[in-house]
Amino acid sequence: MKTTRLIDLVPHIILIAGVLIFAYPIYVTLIGSTWDSGTIGRGGLPLWPGGQGMANYAQAWAGEAGDRAMYTPVRTMMLNSLVMALSIALGKIAISILSAYAVAFFRFPLRMAFFWLIFITLMLPVEVRIIPTYKVVADLGLINSYAGLAIPLIASATATLLFRQFFLTIPDELLEAAKIDGAGPVRFFIDVVLPLSRTNIAALFVILFIYGWNQYLWPLLVTSSGDMETIVTGITKMIGTGESANDWHIIMATTVLAMLPPVAVVVFMQRWFVKGLVDSEK
Amino acid sequence: MATVEIRNVRKSYGPVEAIKGIDIAIRDGEFLVLLGPSGCGKSTLLRMVAGLEGITGGEIAIGGRVVNHLDPKDRDIAMVFQNYALYPHMTVFDNMAYGLKIRGIPKAEIRTRVDKAAEILELGRFLDRRPSQLSGGQRQRVAMGRAIVREPAAFLFDEPLSNLDAKLRTQMRVEIKRLQDRLGITSLYVTHDQVEAMTLADRILVMNHGVAEQIGTPLEVYQRPASLFVAGFIGSPPMNVLDGRIDDRGEAVLVPGGQRLALPQPRPTDAGRAVKLGIRPEHLAVAAAGFSIEIELVEALGADTVVYGRLPDGETLLVRMAGIPTVRERDRLTVAPQDGALHLFDAATGRRME
Repeated sequence: MKTTRLIDLVPHIILIAGVLIFAYPIYVTLIGSTWDSGTIGRGGLPLWPGGQGMANYAQAWAGEAGDRAMYTPVRTMMLNSLVMALSIALGKIAISILSAYAVAFFRFPLRMAFFWLIFITLMLPVEVRIIPTYKVVADLGLINSYAGLAIPLIASATATLLFRQFFLTIPDELLEAAKIDGAGPVRFFIDVVLPLSRTNIAALFVILFIYGWNQYLWPLLVTSSGDMETIVTGITKMIGTGESANDWHIIMATTVLAMLPPVAVVVFMQRWFVKGLVDSEK
Repeated sequence: MATVEIRNVRKSYGPVEAIKGIDIAIRDGEFLVLLGPSGCGKSTLLRMVAGLEGITGGEIAIGGRVVNHLDPKDRDIAMVFQNYALYPHMTVFDNMAYGLKIRGIPKAEIRTRVDKAAEILELGRFLDRRPSQLSGGQRQRVAMGRAIVREPAAFLFDEPLSNLDAKLRTQMRVEIKRLQDRLGITSLYVTHDQVEAMTLADRILVMNHGVAEQIGTPLEVYQRPASLFVAGFIGSPPMNVLDGRIDDRGEAVLVPGGQRLALPQPRPTDAGRAVKLGIRPEHLAVAAAGFSIEIELVEALGADTVVYGRLPDGETLLVRMAGIPTVRERDRLTVAPQDGALHLFDAATGRRME
C-alpha cells in the first residue's frame, strides 16, 4: 500500500519540479516589478515582493518617461499590439477558412495548382521574403499603420491546411443533404461548416493570437514612430545598449503587463475549447 | 405526389459505362426497390434521380417534368442517406426544419409540419436533442422526418437500414412500409438486402453491371426469375443450378448422373439444347425416386432446416425442409422437385426460357 503511494508521488514531484523551473524566471520578473530601480541595479534582488509595485505599474502604464529615458507608455503599446494580434488572428482565420472551403468543396480548374501554391508558401518564412514585403508595404504607404503591421502577416498556409484537413472529414452526404434541402454554397458554409469548425477556430485563434502578439522582426521594420510601437519591440528598446543604466523596475512591470493578454486569451479560450471537446457532436 | 420516369438513362465515367440504359416508369405512389450487389449501379441511378450525379444520356422526369438539368433542390425530392447525414450541430427540430427554413416557409407552418412528422415518427420527446444523443434507429427516423416535412414528390432512400443492427432493421423496415402506405408518396429505395426488397417493394428493379436484369413484383421476381443472375440473387438459400440438356424429343431434361426430369410442357423446338436447370431448395422434397444425395451439413434454423447434400457427380444440392431436422450428416437421401418447380435458363445467355 505504502509503496504504491510513493510511486504515485514520483510523477507529481517531477511535474512540480518542472513547473518550478519554468515559473522561476516569471516569478523573478514579478518580484522585480515591485522594487525600485536601485535595488535591482545593485544586483541584490530579494525573493519577496517590495513596496514599489503600484508606483512602478502606474509609471509603466501611463508614463512617458522612466527615471533615465523616454518611452512609449505601455497603454499605447498594448493597444497597438492588441490591434495587430487581433487583426492577424482574425484575418488569418477568415482568409484561410475561405480558401480551405474553396479547395476542399469545389471542383474548379487548377484547383490542385492553387492548393500547391498555398502549400509552397509554408516553406517561405516571413524573414526570407521580408525585403520584398517591406518594399511593397512601403510603396503602398502603409509604414506606421495598423494595416502595414497586420496585412502582410495574414496569409497563412498552415491554417488553410488545417481547415482543409478538417473539411475533408465532413462527410459528403452532409453536403448532399444540404443540397437537397436547398442550401447553396454560402448557406452551407454559414449554417453547417462554420458551426462545425467552432472548436478548430477557437484552437487556431489561441495559437494565432499569440503568434501575432509575439511578432518582433516585422513590427521593428515597419514602425518608426513611438505611437505605433508594439509591446514586444517596445520592451527591447527599453533595454539600452550599455551606455546608460536601465529602468529595470519599469521594464519588469512592462513585461508582466505584456504577458497578460496572451494568458487571458489562453485561459478564456480554453474554456471554449474544453466545452467543444465535451459536447462533441462529430 | 408524382410519377418518376427513367428513359434510357446512361452514365459513363470516362470510358467506363456504369449504367447502360435503364428504362422504367414508376407510378404515382409506387414503392420501387432497386436491388443488386454492390457496384451494380443502383446507388448511381438513385443519385442521378436526386441530381447528385450528372446524367450522361437519356432523360429523367419527375411529375412529368424533365429534371436532367435541374439542381437537387428544384427537383422536389427528399433523400434519406445510409449514414443519416444529419447536421450534427443542430437539434432534431432544426434538422427537420432546415430545408423548410431555406425555402422561406413561415415559422408557424414549419412548427406544424415538424410536430406532425415528429408525431408520426414518435420523435416528439427528442425534438430538443442533438443527433449525437440519439440511437441509430432514432437518427434514421429523424432523417426520415426531414424527408417527410418537405412533402416532396418522391422519396429517395439510399440503403437507409444498412447501418442498423439486425433487430432494429426489421423494426424500421416495418415502419418504413407503414409510413409509405400512410403517406402514399412515390418512393425509390436502394438496397442489397433481398428481404428488404421483397417486403417493401411494389415492384423490384434487379440490377447487375448497370443493366436491369428484371423489373417485376416481388413474387414475379421470385417465381419467374428472368435470368440466372436474378435466380441466384433472390431467395435464401440460393437456387440450385445444375447443368442439363433437353432430351431429343423435347419432353424432359437430362442432368448429369442420369436423372431425367419431365418438363411440364414438351418443347420440341429445344430438343437437344444445353440448359441450366434451376430448382429452389424449398421446392425439393423427399421422394421415392429422384436426386440421390449424401448429406454433408445440416443447418437447423428452428422453423426450417437447410440440408447441404452432394450429388454423385460432386455437385452440391441444397434442400430446405420444414421444421426441425429429421436427418443427420452422412445420411443418404432421395429428393425430387415438386411439380412446376423447374426453372430453365439458356446455358449460353443465362436468360429464362419460357
